[in-house]
Amino acid sequence: MIALFLRDIRLSWRAGGGALTGVMFFLAVVMVVPFGVGPDLNLLARIGPAMLWLGALLAALLGLDRLFQADREDGSLDLLIMNGAPMAAIVFIKCLAHWVTTGLPLVIAVPLFGLFMNMEPLGILATMATLMAGTPAITFVGAVGAAVTVSLPRGGLLLAVLVLPWTIPVLIFGVSAAYGAVEDPAPFTEPFIVLCAISLFFAVIGSLGAGAILTHSDH
Amino acid sequence: MIFSDLGFELKETEALIITGHNGSGKSTLLRVVAGLLAPASGDVILTGHPDGASDDFNERPFGEHCHYLGHENAMKPALSVTENLDFWQKINDEPHLEIDEALEMVGLPALAHVPFGHLSTGQKRRISIAKLLVSWRPIWLLDEPTAGLDTRSEAQFADLMKVHLEDGGIILAATHIPLGLKNTKSLVMGLPAIETEQSI
Repeated sequence: MIALFLRDIRLSWRAGGGALTGVMFFLAVVMVVPFGVGPDLNLLARIGPAMLWLGALLAALLGLDRLFQADREDGSLDLLIMNGAPMAAIVFIKCLAHWVTTGLPLVIAVPLFGLFMNMEPLGILATMATLMAGTPAITFVGAVGAAVTVSLPRGGLLLAVLVLPWTIPVLIFGVSAAYGAVEDPAPFTEPFIVLCAISLFFAVIGSLGAGAILTHSDH
Repeated sequence: MIFSDLGFELKETEALIITGHNGSGKSTLLRVVAGLLAPASGDVILTGHPDGASDDFNERPFGEHCHYLGHENAMKPALSVTENLDFWQKINDEPHLEIDEALEMVGLPALAHVPFGHLSTGQKRRISIAKLLVSWRPIWLLDEPTAGLDTRSEAQFADLMKVHLEDGGIILAATHIPLGLKNTKSLVMGLPAIETEQSI
């Protein structure tokens, strides 16, 4: 299982792996917002967490369609299914590796991108914490979408359409927790705990669901 | 329905060569045996308990006892040959040959650090044959194993299969080309009944 984790991480850094595609897309979204909204620094600071969350959400969806597709095309998926390890565990490990190479860089990029949005340090820190807790949920629920669309040659768009509704709660609680940290009456802890719960919930449901779909998709 | 009324029995050291025209279900049969496709009815059963095997040997799904060499090589073009083989050896457990030994056996020891994507079709096939050697599985399911191989590599592969059979293995191979094995059972996937009558 460690071998699978390391292989997926290694692959994403090699040619065609696309580890930094998400961050580049994230950068593009965050860069154009100030131009679209105008030079009102207070407004930018106010919408900052929401913009960062939207950018991160879209960036996280970007590479998901290749999660199982590459393995299916070269025949690795068949051998992983035959291997005997529970498919849910294999999905879990693959998602974890995917998150480390696509989700974690988004979290790390937030301090820099937060400056573009004129956010104060506490707001940046809160957005980092909420993204850290919330992006795994996007990966795990995305895994189910990736498993459903694994045999479709251009499944990326269908995947986004399938997965996006399920990420709405993540977005709502993520953004409200980030606001809660900077705006006084709004709470931070409660929405943050719900966000963590959503991530844990999707980690189990997503792995089991995607595992079952992949095992039985040929039947 | 692709095929029905089909049965065979193989003991250790035996090989079954499956032949038949395109679309007769050779690959489908191998995928059913591997457990990748569920048959409408019927079973694949493993009996007996080899020395040194774990207690749950017979209870594990049949596919876990098999190496499956399909049409695709199941290797990542961006990783080197060693990295690819090392991954499959670790994921499959039960290591058999060392990676450099296996590469020696398929005659490609010099390519250990070359990215898999840079190899030719025949070399890729030989590397994925080396994958069969790095971890031990008693049963080999081979789907057109010699596709892309030259005559010398075919002979080399025949020797590897003989060694595997002598070690007490079982081979099921779907192929059009004679594999150079002796004393094999053979299974011809049938022509549809109507066509048979017409040909007579």
